[in-house]
Amino acid sequence: MAISDSKDRSRRSAAVAPVTRSSKPAGAASGGRPVVEFRGVSKHYDGGDVGLDQATFSVVRGEFVFLVGSTGSGKSTVMRLLIKELDATEGTIRVAGHDLEEIARKRVPYYRRNIGVVFQDFKLLPNRTVYDNVAYALQVTGSSRKEIRNKVPDILRMTGLSTKLHNYPDQLSGGEQQRVSIARAFVNHPPLLLADEPTGNLDPETSIDIMRLLYRINRAGTTVLVATHDQTMVDKMRRRVIELSRGRIVRDEATGLYARDETTREFAHRMRGDGTRPPGV
Amino acid sequence: MKLGFFLREATRAMRRNAAPTFAALATVTVTMIMLGVFIPIVQATKGAANTVRGRVLVDVYMKSSATSSDETRVRKELLSVPHVKSVEFVSKAAAYAQQSKQDPAAYALLASNPLPDTFHVVPDNPSNVLAIRSSLTPPATGGGAGTIDQAIQTVSNHKDDTKKILEVTNLVTITAAVLTVLLTLASVLLIANTIRLSLFARRREVEVMKLVGATDWFIRWPFVIEGIVVGAAGAIAAIVVLGVTKVALLDPLANDWTLIAAPRTIPFAALLAVLLAAGVIVSSLGSGLSLRRFLRV
Repeated sequence: MAISDSKDRSRRSAAVAPVTRSSKPAGAASGGRPVVEFRGVSKHYDGGDVGLDQATFSVVRGEFVFLVGSTGSGKSTVMRLLIKELDATEGTIRVAGHDLEEIARKRVPYYRRNIGVVFQDFKLLPNRTVYDNVAYALQVTGSSRKEIRNKVPDILRMTGLSTKLHNYPDQLSGGEQQRVSIARAFVNHPPLLLADEPTGNLDPETSIDIMRLLYRINRAGTTVLVATHDQTMVDKMRRRVIELSRGRIVRDEATGLYARDETTREFAHRMRGDGTRPPGV
Repeated sequence: MKLGFFLREATRAMRRNAAPTFAALATVTVTMIMLGVFIPIVQATKGAANTVRGRVLVDVYMKSSATSSDETRVRKELLSVPHVKSVEFVSKAAAYAQQSKQDPAAYALLASNPLPDTFHVVPDNPSNVLAIRSSLTPPATGGGAGTIDQAIQTVSNHKDDTKKILEVTNLVTITAAVLTVLLTLASVLLIANTIRLSLFARRREVEVMKLVGATDWFIRWPFVIEGIVVGAAGAIAAIVVLGVTKVALLDPLANDWTLIAAPRTIPFAALLAVLLAAGVIVSSLGSGLSLRRFLRV
Protein backbone atom coordinates (compact mmCIF):
# COMPACT_ATOMS: atom_id res chain seq x y z
CA MET A 1 0.00 0.00 0.00
CA ALA A 2 2.72 2.42 1.01
CA ILE A 3 4.67 1.57 -2.10
CA SER A 4 1.79 2.20 -4.46
CA ASP A 5 1.09 5.45 -2.64
CA SER A 6 4.55 6.83 -3.20
CA LYS A 7 4.44 5.67 -6.79
CA ASP A 8 1.17 7.53 -7.29
CA ARG A 9 2.64 10.61 -5.81
CA SER A 10 5.76 10.61 -7.97
CA ARG A 11 3.73 10.06 -11.10
CA ARG A 12 1.41 12.83 -10.07
CA SER A 13 4.14 15.38 -9.48
CA ALA A 14 5.71 14.51 -12.79
CA ALA A 15 2.48 15.01 -14.65
CA VAL A 16 1.63 18.23 -12.87
CA ALA A 17 5.03 19.86 -13.25
CA PRO A 18 4.20 21.86 -16.42
CA VAL A 19 1.18 23.62 -14.99
CA THR A 20 2.23 24.05 -11.38
CA ARG A 21 1.78 27.60 -10.29
CA SER A 22 1.13 27.11 -6.65
CA SER A 23 2.49 24.23 -4.67
CA LYS A 24 1.15 25.14 -1.25
CA PRO A 25 -1.30 22.75 0.37
CA ALA A 26 -4.89 23.59 -0.44
CA GLY A 27 -5.81 24.42 3.12
CA ALA A 28 -2.96 26.81 3.58
CA ALA A 29 -3.56 28.40 0.20
CA SER A 30 -7.03 29.68 1.00
CA GLY A 31 -6.26 30.19 4.67
CA GLY A 32 -9.98 30.51 5.44
CA ARG A 33 -12.10 29.28 8.29
CA PRO A 34 -12.91 25.61 8.28
CA VAL A 35 -16.27 24.91 6.65
CA VAL A 36 -16.30 21.35 7.89
CA GLU A 37 -14.64 20.27 11.08
CA PHE A 38 -14.67 16.73 12.50
CA ARG A 39 -13.15 16.33 15.91
CA GLY A 40 -12.79 12.80 17.26
CA VAL A 41 -16.05 11.80 15.62
CA SER A 42 -17.25 8.24 16.03
CA LYS A 43 -20.45 6.66 14.84
CA HIS A 44 -21.56 3.30 16.13
CA TYR A 45 -24.65 1.85 14.53
CA ASP A 46 -27.22 -0.11 16.47
CA GLY A 47 -26.04 -3.66 16.25
CA GLY A 48 -22.42 -2.83 16.88
CA ASP A 49 -21.18 -1.85 13.43
CA VAL A 50 -18.66 0.94 13.51
CA GLY A 51 -19.39 3.54 10.87
CA LEU A 52 -16.70 5.96 11.86
CA ASP A 53 -13.94 5.72 14.44
CA GLN A 54 -12.32 8.81 15.96
CA ALA A 55 -12.23 10.77 12.73
CA THR A 56 -10.62 14.18 12.87
CA PHE A 57 -10.22 16.42 9.86
CA SER A 58 -11.23 19.81 8.64
CA VAL A 59 -12.01 21.30 5.28
CA VAL A 60 -11.55 25.00 4.63
CA ARG A 61 -13.56 27.23 2.38
CA GLY A 62 -13.13 26.63 -1.31
CA GLU A 63 -11.44 23.28 -0.98
CA PHE A 64 -12.16 20.30 -3.19
CA VAL A 65 -11.78 17.15 -1.18
CA PHE A 66 -12.06 13.51 -2.10
CA LEU A 67 -13.18 11.00 0.43
CA VAL A 68 -11.99 7.58 -0.68
CA GLY A 69 -12.12 4.07 0.65
CA SER A 70 -13.72 0.75 -0.10
CA THR A 71 -17.37 -0.03 0.52
CA GLY A 72 -18.18 0.12 4.21
CA SER A 73 -15.17 2.26 5.04
CA GLY A 74 -17.32 5.08 6.36
CA LYS A 75 -17.53 7.52 3.43
CA SER A 76 -21.30 7.49 3.38
CA THR A 77 -21.37 7.75 7.15
CA VAL A 78 -19.44 11.02 6.89
CA MET A 79 -21.94 12.28 4.32
CA ARG A 80 -24.95 11.23 6.32
CA LEU A 81 -23.52 12.80 9.45
CA LEU A 82 -22.98 16.04 7.55
CA ILE A 83 -26.59 16.28 6.43
CA LYS A 84 -27.62 15.28 9.93
CA GLU A 85 -29.42 12.22 8.73
CA LEU A 86 -27.42 10.53 11.48
CA ASP A 87 -26.10 11.83 14.77
CA ALA A 88 -22.52 11.19 15.88
CA THR A 89 -22.05 8.82 18.80
CA GLU A 90 -19.15 10.90 20.09
CA GLY A 91 -17.05 13.84 19.04
CA THR A 92 -18.13 17.14 17.55
CA ILE A 93 -18.95 18.04 13.99
CA ARG A 94 -19.00 21.68 13.09
CA VAL A 95 -20.23 23.02 9.79
CA ALA A 96 -19.59 26.71 9.11
CA GLY A 97 -19.04 27.13 12.82
CA HIS A 98 -22.28 25.50 13.93
CA ASP A 99 -22.12 22.46 16.14
CA LEU A 100 -24.44 19.94 14.48
CA GLU A 101 -25.43 18.49 17.81
CA GLU A 102 -26.99 21.80 18.77
CA ILE A 103 -29.31 21.91 15.79
CA ALA A 104 -32.79 20.93 16.92
CA ARG A 105 -34.68 18.37 14.86
CA LYS A 106 -37.11 21.05 13.78
CA ARG A 107 -34.29 23.22 12.44
CA VAL A 108 -32.69 20.44 10.40
CA PRO A 109 -34.56 21.32 7.17
CA TYR A 110 -33.27 24.89 7.41
CA TYR A 111 -29.74 23.62 8.01
CA ARG A 112 -29.96 21.32 4.98
CA ARG A 113 -30.82 24.20 2.69
CA ASN A 114 -27.22 25.36 3.13
CA ILE A 115 -25.86 22.11 1.81
CA GLY A 116 -26.19 20.78 -1.69
CA VAL A 117 -26.31 17.00 -1.88
CA VAL A 118 -25.68 14.76 -4.88
CA PHE A 119 -26.15 11.01 -4.75
CA GLN A 120 -25.07 8.01 -6.76
CA ASP A 121 -28.72 7.19 -7.56
CA PHE A 122 -29.53 10.85 -8.36
CA LYS A 123 -32.59 10.91 -6.09
CA LEU A 124 -34.72 12.96 -8.44
CA LEU A 125 -38.45 13.31 -7.95
CA PRO A 126 -39.87 10.95 -10.59
CA ASN A 127 -43.14 12.81 -11.04
CA ARG A 128 -41.59 16.14 -11.89
CA THR A 129 -39.94 17.51 -14.96
CA VAL A 130 -36.30 18.57 -14.93
CA TYR A 131 -37.43 22.15 -14.43
CA ASP A 132 -39.75 21.27 -11.54
CA ASN A 133 -37.13 19.11 -9.85
CA VAL A 134 -34.75 22.03 -9.69
CA ALA A 135 -37.54 24.45 -8.83
CA TYR A 136 -38.53 22.30 -5.86
CA ALA A 137 -35.27 23.12 -4.09
CA LEU A 138 -36.21 26.79 -4.38
CA GLN A 139 -39.86 26.23 -3.47
CA VAL A 140 -38.96 24.66 -0.14
CA THR A 141 -37.12 27.82 0.82
CA GLY A 142 -40.19 29.89 0.01
CA SER A 143 -38.75 31.58 -3.07
CA SER A 144 -41.12 33.62 -5.16
CA ARG A 145 -42.22 32.44 -8.57
CA LYS A 146 -40.30 35.25 -10.17
CA GLU A 147 -37.10 34.15 -8.47
CA ILE A 148 -37.70 30.59 -9.62
CA ARG A 149 -38.34 31.71 -13.18
CA ASN A 150 -35.05 33.57 -13.12
CA LYS A 151 -32.80 31.08 -11.43
CA VAL A 152 -33.87 27.71 -12.75
CA PRO A 153 -33.21 28.30 -16.47
CA ASP A 154 -29.87 29.85 -15.55
CA ILE A 155 -28.65 26.90 -13.57
CA LEU A 156 -29.94 24.45 -16.18
CA ARG A 157 -28.08 26.31 -18.87
CA MET A 158 -24.93 26.09 -16.79
CA THR A 159 -25.35 22.34 -16.43
CA GLY A 160 -26.13 21.95 -20.12
CA LEU A 161 -29.75 20.90 -19.78
CA SER A 162 -31.47 23.80 -21.54
CA THR A 163 -33.11 21.49 -24.06
CA LYS A 164 -34.41 19.02 -21.49
CA LEU A 165 -36.44 21.38 -19.31
CA HIS A 166 -39.72 19.56 -19.74
CA ASN A 167 -38.46 16.00 -19.77
CA TYR A 168 -39.15 13.66 -16.89
CA PRO A 169 -36.19 11.96 -15.18
CA ASP A 170 -36.92 8.57 -16.74
CA GLN A 171 -36.50 10.15 -20.18
CA LEU A 172 -32.91 11.19 -19.43
CA SER A 173 -29.61 9.37 -19.53
CA GLY A 174 -27.72 8.70 -16.32
CA GLY A 175 -25.34 11.56 -16.94
CA GLU A 176 -28.19 13.96 -17.62
CA GLN A 177 -29.99 12.86 -14.49
CA GLN A 178 -26.88 13.48 -12.46
CA ARG A 179 -26.62 16.95 -14.00
CA VAL A 180 -30.17 17.66 -12.90
CA SER A 181 -29.31 16.50 -9.42
CA ILE A 182 -26.24 18.75 -9.36
CA ALA A 183 -28.31 21.65 -10.66
CA ARG A 184 -30.79 21.08 -7.86
CA ALA A 185 -28.01 20.87 -5.30
CA PHE A 186 -26.43 24.08 -6.52
CA VAL A 187 -29.44 26.25 -7.34
CA ASN A 188 -29.47 27.75 -3.85
CA HIS A 189 -25.74 28.43 -4.13
CA PRO A 190 -24.90 26.56 -0.96
CA PRO A 191 -21.51 27.12 0.63
CA LEU A 192 -20.99 23.37 0.85
CA LEU A 193 -21.73 20.68 -1.72
CA LEU A 194 -21.60 17.00 -0.87
CA ALA A 195 -21.47 14.32 -3.55
CA ASP A 196 -21.76 10.68 -2.53
CA GLU A 197 -20.42 8.49 -5.36
CA PRO A 198 -21.66 10.94 -8.00
CA THR A 199 -20.11 8.93 -10.82
CA GLY A 200 -20.83 5.48 -9.43
CA ASN A 201 -23.48 4.70 -12.02
CA LEU A 202 -21.87 6.47 -14.98
CA ASP A 203 -19.41 5.57 -17.73
CA PRO A 204 -15.91 7.14 -17.63
CA GLU A 205 -16.58 9.82 -20.23
CA THR A 206 -19.79 10.96 -18.53
CA SER A 207 -18.01 10.79 -15.18
CA ILE A 208 -15.44 13.30 -16.42
CA ASP A 209 -18.23 15.65 -17.46
CA ILE A 210 -19.79 15.36 -14.01
CA MET A 211 -16.45 15.95 -12.28
CA ARG A 212 -15.88 18.92 -14.52
CA LEU A 213 -19.20 20.33 -13.45
CA LEU A 214 -18.31 19.82 -9.80
CA TYR A 215 -14.96 21.45 -10.37
CA ARG A 216 -16.67 24.40 -11.96
CA ILE A 217 -18.93 24.77 -8.96
CA ASN A 218 -15.88 24.54 -6.74
CA ARG A 219 -14.20 27.34 -8.68
CA ALA A 220 -17.26 29.48 -8.07
CA GLY A 221 -16.36 29.35 -4.40
CA THR A 222 -18.31 26.39 -3.11
CA THR A 223 -16.55 23.87 -0.93
CA VAL A 224 -16.96 20.44 -2.49
CA LEU A 225 -16.65 17.10 -0.75
CA VAL A 226 -16.81 14.06 -3.00
CA ALA A 227 -16.97 10.49 -1.75
CA THR A 228 -15.86 7.96 -4.34
CA HIS A 229 -14.07 4.70 -4.84
CA ASP A 230 -13.11 5.62 -8.40
CA GLN A 231 -9.34 5.58 -7.88
CA THR A 232 -8.43 6.62 -11.44
CA MET A 233 -10.67 9.65 -11.17
CA VAL A 234 -9.06 10.66 -7.89
CA ASP A 235 -5.58 10.17 -9.28
CA LYS A 236 -6.34 12.29 -12.30
CA MET A 237 -8.02 15.07 -10.37
CA ARG A 238 -5.11 15.53 -7.98
CA ARG A 239 -7.02 17.10 -5.19
CA ARG A 240 -6.86 16.60 -1.48
CA VAL A 241 -7.66 13.00 -0.58
CA ILE A 242 -8.92 11.68 2.71
CA GLU A 243 -8.83 7.92 2.80
CA LEU A 244 -10.97 5.91 5.13
CA SER A 245 -10.63 2.29 6.05
CA ARG A 246 -13.01 0.60 8.44
CA GLY A 247 -14.12 3.93 9.80
CA ARG A 248 -10.63 5.26 10.43
CA ILE A 249 -8.82 7.96 8.52
CA VAL A 250 -5.72 6.28 7.17
CA ARG A 251 -4.51 9.00 4.83
CA ASP A 252 -5.12 12.72 4.59
CA GLU A 253 -3.08 14.29 1.87
CA ALA A 254 -3.59 17.97 1.63
CA THR A 255 -1.82 17.68 -1.70
CA GLY A 256 -0.85 20.89 -3.33
CA LEU A 257 0.33 19.09 -6.37
CA TYR A 258 -2.09 20.75 -8.68
CA ALA A 259 -2.80 24.17 -9.99
CA ARG A 260 -5.56 25.74 -8.00
CA ASP A 261 -6.46 28.19 -10.69
CA GLU A 262 -6.65 25.66 -13.47
CA THR A 263 -9.52 26.49 -15.83
CA THR A 264 -12.27 23.97 -16.33
CA ARG A 265 -11.09 23.53 -19.90
CA GLU A 266 -7.58 22.71 -18.81
CA PHE A 267 -9.03 20.54 -16.13
CA ALA A 268 -11.16 18.55 -18.54
CA HIS A 269 -8.29 18.20 -20.93
CA ARG A 270 -6.04 16.88 -18.22
CA MET A 271 -8.75 14.48 -17.06
CA ARG A 272 -9.19 13.01 -20.52
CA GLY A 273 -5.62 13.10 -21.63
CA ASP A 274 -2.41 12.00 -20.06
CA GLY A 275 -0.89 15.16 -18.79
CA THR A 276 -0.06 16.96 -22.02
CA ARG A 277 -0.84 20.62 -22.17
CA PRO A 278 -4.23 21.60 -23.47
CA PRO A 279 -4.14 23.59 -26.69
CA GLY A 280 -3.51 27.26 -26.16
CA VAL A 281 -1.90 26.98 -22.73
CA MET B 1 -48.96 31.63 -2.88
CA LYS B 2 -48.45 28.87 -0.33
CA LEU B 3 -51.99 27.46 -0.50
CA GLY B 4 -51.97 27.67 -4.27
CA PHE B 5 -48.66 25.83 -4.33
CA PHE B 6 -49.93 23.07 -2.05
CA LEU B 7 -53.09 22.70 -4.11
CA ARG B 8 -51.07 22.43 -7.30
CA GLU B 9 -48.77 19.89 -5.66
CA ALA B 10 -51.76 17.82 -4.54
CA THR B 11 -53.40 17.80 -7.98
CA ARG B 12 -50.09 16.98 -9.61
CA ALA B 13 -49.61 14.03 -7.28
CA MET B 14 -53.11 12.75 -7.97
CA ARG B 15 -52.67 13.08 -11.71
CA ARG B 16 -49.30 11.37 -11.75
CA ASN B 17 -50.35 8.60 -9.34
CA ALA B 18 -53.73 7.93 -10.90
CA ALA B 19 -53.93 4.23 -10.01
CA PRO B 20 -53.25 4.48 -6.24
CA THR B 21 -55.43 7.57 -6.05
CA PHE B 22 -58.27 5.71 -7.72
CA ALA B 23 -57.78 2.76 -5.37
CA ALA B 24 -58.04 5.05 -2.35
CA LEU B 25 -61.08 6.77 -3.81
CA ALA B 26 -62.80 3.47 -4.55
CA THR B 27 -62.06 2.23 -1.03
CA VAL B 28 -63.61 5.32 0.47
CA THR B 29 -66.65 5.00 -1.79
CA VAL B 30 -67.24 1.34 -0.98
CA THR B 31 -66.82 1.72 2.77
CA MET B 32 -69.03 4.78 2.79
CA ILE B 33 -71.77 2.95 0.86
CA MET B 34 -71.46 0.14 3.37
CA LEU B 35 -71.77 2.55 6.28
CA GLY B 36 -74.55 4.43 4.55
CA VAL B 37 -76.59 1.26 4.18
CA PHE B 38 -75.70 -0.12 7.55
CA ILE B 39 -76.37 2.89 9.76
CA PRO B 40 -80.09 3.12 8.87
CA ILE B 41 -80.48 -0.66 9.08
CA VAL B 42 -78.99 -0.74 12.56
CA GLN B 43 -81.13 2.15 13.61
CA ALA B 44 -84.28 0.65 12.16
CA THR B 45 -83.54 -2.61 13.92
CA LYS B 46 -82.93 -0.86 17.19
CA GLY B 47 -86.09 1.17 16.66
CA ALA B 48 -88.10 -1.95 15.99
CA ALA B 49 -86.66 -3.64 19.05
CA ASN B 50 -87.53 -0.64 21.16
CA THR B 51 -91.06 -0.53 19.77
CA VAL B 52 -91.52 -4.17 20.71
CA ARG B 53 -90.12 -3.51 24.16
CA GLY B 54 -92.38 -0.52 24.52
CA ARG B 55 -95.37 -2.81 24.21
CA VAL B 56 -94.29 -4.80 27.22
CA LEU B 57 -96.91 -3.88 29.83
CA VAL B 58 -98.49 -5.31 32.92
CA ASP B 59 -102.24 -5.60 32.63
CA VAL B 60 -104.21 -5.45 35.83
CA TYR B 61 -107.78 -6.77 35.51
CA MET B 62 -110.33 -5.56 38.03
CA LYS B 63 -113.11 -7.63 39.51
CA SER B 64 -116.42 -7.09 37.78
CA SER B 65 -117.81 -5.80 41.05
CA ALA B 66 -115.23 -3.02 41.25
CA THR B 67 -116.65 0.48 41.75
CA SER B 68 -115.26 3.79 40.64
CA SER B 69 -113.92 4.41 44.16
CA ASP B 70 -112.07 1.11 43.85
CA GLU B 71 -110.66 2.35 40.60
CA THR B 72 -109.31 5.56 42.14
CA ARG B 73 -107.74 3.66 45.02
CA VAL B 74 -106.14 1.00 42.84
CA ARG B 75 -104.74 3.65 40.52
CA LYS B 76 -103.03 5.32 43.47
CA GLU B 77 -101.66 2.01 44.71
CA LEU B 78 -100.33 1.10 41.29
CA LEU B 79 -98.60 4.44 40.90
CA SER B 80 -96.84 3.97 44.24
CA VAL B 81 -95.27 0.68 43.09
CA PRO B 82 -91.59 1.17 42.25
CA HIS B 83 -90.59 1.42 38.52
CA VAL B 84 -94.11 2.27 37.40
CA LYS B 85 -93.99 5.12 34.95
CA SER B 86 -97.66 5.59 34.22
CA VAL B 87 -100.98 3.91 34.49
CA GLU B 88 -103.68 3.90 31.88
CA PHE B 89 -107.23 2.99 32.75
CA VAL B 90 -109.46 1.31 30.19
CA SER B 91 -113.04 1.00 31.37
CA LYS B 92 -115.29 -1.95 30.57
CA ALA B 93 -117.24 0.11 28.12
CA ALA B 94 -114.19 1.51 26.36
CA ALA B 95 -112.66 -1.96 26.03
CA TYR B 96 -115.92 -3.32 24.66
CA ALA B 97 -116.21 -0.53 22.14
CA GLN B 98 -112.64 -1.11 20.96
CA GLN B 99 -112.94 -4.86 20.72
CA SER B 100 -116.31 -4.86 19.04
CA LYS B 101 -114.99 -2.50 16.42
CA GLN B 102 -112.23 -4.99 15.62
CA ASP B 103 -114.54 -7.96 15.47
CA PRO B 104 -118.16 -6.74 15.23
CA ALA B 105 -119.63 -10.13 14.30
CA ALA B 106 -118.28 -11.95 17.35
CA TYR B 107 -119.27 -9.20 19.79
CA ALA B 108 -122.73 -8.88 18.29
CA LEU B 109 -123.41 -12.40 19.47
CA LEU B 110 -122.64 -11.49 23.06
CA ALA B 111 -125.55 -10.17 24.97
CA SER B 112 -123.52 -8.51 27.73
CA ASN B 113 -120.04 -7.07 28.11
CA PRO B 114 -117.67 -9.79 29.39
CA LEU B 115 -114.66 -7.50 29.60
CA PRO B 116 -113.32 -6.26 32.93
CA ASP B 117 -112.04 -2.80 33.78
CA THR B 118 -108.34 -2.86 33.02
CA PHE B 119 -105.23 -0.92 34.05
CA HIS B 120 -102.29 -0.86 31.61
CA VAL B 121 -99.25 -0.40 33.82
CA VAL B 122 -96.33 1.09 31.88
CA PRO B 123 -92.89 0.44 33.35
CA ASP B 124 -90.18 3.13 33.39
CA ASN B 125 -87.97 0.58 31.63
CA PRO B 126 -89.14 -2.58 29.89
CA SER B 127 -86.64 -4.68 31.82
CA ASN B 128 -88.46 -3.81 35.07
CA VAL B 129 -91.74 -5.40 33.98
CA LEU B 130 -91.11 -8.57 35.90
CA ALA B 131 -90.21 -6.69 39.06
CA ILE B 132 -93.47 -4.74 38.86
CA ARG B 133 -95.42 -7.89 38.31
CA SER B 134 -94.00 -9.56 41.37
CA SER B 135 -94.62 -6.57 43.59
CA LEU B 136 -98.22 -6.48 42.37
CA THR B 137 -98.69 -10.13 43.26
CA PRO B 138 -97.24 -10.82 46.71
CA PRO B 139 -97.50 -14.50 47.79
CA ALA B 140 -100.94 -15.11 49.26
CA THR B 141 -101.53 -16.83 52.59
CA GLY B 142 -103.04 -19.83 50.86
CA GLY B 143 -99.80 -20.45 48.93
CA GLY B 144 -101.01 -19.17 45.51
CA ALA B 145 -100.44 -15.75 44.07
CA GLY B 146 -102.33 -12.95 45.76
CA THR B 147 -102.90 -9.37 44.71
CA ILE B 148 -102.21 -6.11 46.44
CA ASP B 149 -105.83 -5.06 46.40
CA GLN B 150 -109.15 -6.72 47.00
CA ALA B 151 -110.63 -5.19 43.88
CA ILE B 152 -108.04 -6.75 41.59
CA GLN B 153 -109.08 -9.96 39.91
CA THR B 154 -105.79 -10.96 38.26
CA VAL B 155 -102.51 -9.54 37.04
CA SER B 156 -101.61 -10.65 33.54
CA ASN B 157 -99.14 -13.47 33.49
CA HIS B 158 -96.98 -13.49 30.38
CA LYS B 159 -93.83 -14.12 32.32
CA ASP B 160 -92.23 -16.36 29.68
CA ASP B 161 -93.24 -14.20 26.74
CA THR B 162 -92.03 -11.06 28.42
CA LYS B 163 -88.73 -12.67 29.28
CA LYS B 164 -88.25 -13.86 25.73
CA ILE B 165 -89.05 -10.49 24.23
CA LEU B 166 -86.62 -8.78 26.57
CA GLU B 167 -83.85 -11.26 25.82
CA VAL B 168 -84.29 -11.14 22.07
CA THR B 169 -84.51 -7.37 21.86
CA ASN B 170 -81.50 -7.04 24.14
CA LEU B 171 -79.52 -9.35 21.90
CA VAL B 172 -80.58 -7.42 18.80
CA THR B 173 -79.53 -4.10 20.33
CA ILE B 174 -76.17 -5.41 21.50
CA THR B 175 -75.46 -7.12 18.17
CA ALA B 176 -76.29 -3.94 16.30
CA ALA B 177 -73.97 -1.91 18.52
CA VAL B 178 -71.10 -4.39 18.15
CA LEU B 179 -71.57 -4.53 14.38
CA THR B 180 -71.56 -0.74 14.17
CA VAL B 181 -68.30 -0.54 16.09
CA LEU B 182 -66.70 -3.30 14.03
CA LEU B 183 -67.82 -1.84 10.73
CA THR B 184 -66.60 1.64 11.63
CA LEU B 185 -63.28 0.18 12.72
CA ALA B 186 -63.01 -1.83 9.52
CA SER B 187 -63.76 1.25 7.42
CA VAL B 188 -61.14 3.34 9.18
CA LEU B 189 -58.51 0.60 8.92
CA LEU B 190 -59.31 -0.11 5.30
CA ILE B 191 -59.03 3.51 4.27
CA ALA B 192 -55.91 4.08 6.37
CA ASN B 193 -54.28 1.00 4.89
CA THR B 194 -55.01 2.01 1.31
CA ILE B 195 -53.53 5.42 2.01
CA ARG B 196 -50.47 3.84 3.62
CA LEU B 197 -49.92 1.72 0.56
CA SER B 198 -50.09 4.66 -1.80
CA LEU B 199 -47.76 6.62 0.49
CA PHE B 200 -45.36 3.72 0.70
CA ALA B 201 -44.97 3.86 -3.05
CA ARG B 202 -43.97 7.49 -2.67
CA ARG B 203 -41.73 7.24 0.39
CA ARG B 204 -38.62 7.82 -1.69
CA GLU B 205 -40.12 11.03 -2.93
CA VAL B 206 -40.65 12.15 0.66
CA GLU B 207 -37.07 11.18 1.51
CA VAL B 208 -35.75 13.31 -1.36
CA MET B 209 -37.89 16.26 -0.28
CA LYS B 210 -36.43 16.02 3.19
CA LEU B 211 -32.90 15.95 1.83
CA VAL B 212 -33.52 19.09 -0.19
CA GLY B 213 -34.49 20.84 3.04
CA ALA B 214 -38.28 20.75 3.00
CA THR B 215 -39.92 21.07 6.41
CA ASP B 216 -42.30 18.34 7.55
CA TRP B 217 -45.38 20.46 7.03
CA PHE B 218 -44.22 21.60 3.63
CA ILE B 219 -44.23 17.95 2.60
CA ARG B 220 -47.33 17.05 4.56
CA TRP B 221 -49.82 19.67 3.38
CA PRO B 222 -50.12 18.40 -0.20
CA PHE B 223 -50.73 14.90 1.17
CA VAL B 224 -53.39 16.15 3.58
CA ILE B 225 -55.09 18.13 0.81
CA GLU B 226 -54.95 15.05 -1.36
CA GLY B 227 -56.60 13.10 1.45
CA ILE B 228 -59.34 15.72 1.78
CA VAL B 229 -60.02 15.68 -1.95
CA VAL B 230 -59.99 11.88 -2.21
CA GLY B 231 -62.14 11.52 0.92
CA ALA B 232 -64.66 14.10 -0.27
CA ALA B 233 -64.79 12.68 -3.79
CA GLY B 234 -65.20 9.13 -2.50
CA ALA B 235 -67.91 10.15 -0.06
CA ILE B 236 -69.75 12.15 -2.72
CA ALA B 237 -69.67 9.15 -5.07
CA ALA B 238 -71.09 7.01 -2.26
CA ILE B 239 -73.74 9.64 -1.54
CA VAL B 240 -74.82 9.70 -5.17
CA VAL B 241 -75.15 5.91 -5.20
CA LEU B 242 -77.09 5.94 -1.94
CA GLY B 243 -79.31 8.81 -3.08
CA VAL B 244 -80.19 7.10 -6.35
CA THR B 245 -80.90 3.85 -4.52
CA LYS B 246 -83.09 5.61 -2.00
CA VAL B 247 -85.16 7.44 -4.57
CA ALA B 248 -85.41 4.53 -7.01
CA LEU B 249 -85.83 1.60 -4.65
CA LEU B 250 -86.62 2.50 -1.06
CA ASP B 251 -89.05 5.39 -1.36
CA PRO B 252 -91.62 3.42 -3.42
CA LEU B 253 -91.41 0.61 -0.87
CA ALA B 254 -91.61 2.84 2.18
CA ASN B 255 -95.40 3.05 2.00
CA ASP B 256 -95.78 -0.69 2.23
CA TRP B 257 -92.99 -1.56 4.57
CA THR B 258 -93.07 0.23 7.89
CA LEU B 259 -89.53 -0.71 8.85
CA ILE B 260 -88.13 1.51 6.10
CA ALA B 261 -90.35 4.37 7.11
CA ALA B 262 -89.45 3.83 10.76
CA PRO B 263 -89.35 7.28 12.29
CA ARG B 264 -86.32 6.51 14.41
CA THR B 265 -83.83 6.19 11.55
CA ILE B 266 -81.43 9.04 10.90
CA PRO B 267 -82.69 11.69 8.45
CA PHE B 268 -81.18 11.19 5.01
CA ALA B 269 -79.52 14.62 4.93
CA ALA B 270 -77.85 14.03 8.28
CA LEU B 271 -76.66 10.64 7.10
CA LEU B 272 -75.04 12.23 4.07
CA ALA B 273 -73.37 14.86 6.21
CA VAL B 274 -72.01 12.17 8.52
CA LEU B 275 -70.64 10.19 5.58
CA LEU B 276 -69.02 13.21 3.96
CA ALA B 277 -67.41 14.32 7.21
CA ALA B 278 -66.23 10.78 7.98
CA GLY B 279 -64.73 10.36 4.51
CA VAL B 280 -62.87 13.64 4.62
CA ILE B 281 -61.65 13.35 8.20
CA VAL B 282 -60.55 9.73 8.01
CA SER B 283 -58.70 10.07 4.75
CA SER B 284 -57.00 13.41 5.46
CA LEU B 285 -55.96 12.34 8.97
CA GLY B 286 -54.91 9.01 7.51
CA SER B 287 -52.62 10.68 4.98
CA GLY B 288 -51.19 13.13 7.47
CA LEU B 289 -50.51 10.54 10.15
CA SER B 290 -49.29 7.73 7.92
CA LEU B 291 -46.73 10.13 6.52
CA ARG B 292 -45.06 10.51 9.89
CA ARG B 293 -43.16 7.27 9.48
CA PHE B 294 -41.58 8.42 6.25
CA LEU B 295 -40.73 11.86 7.53
CA ARG B 296 -38.12 10.51 9.91
CA VAL B 297 -35.15 10.95 7.60
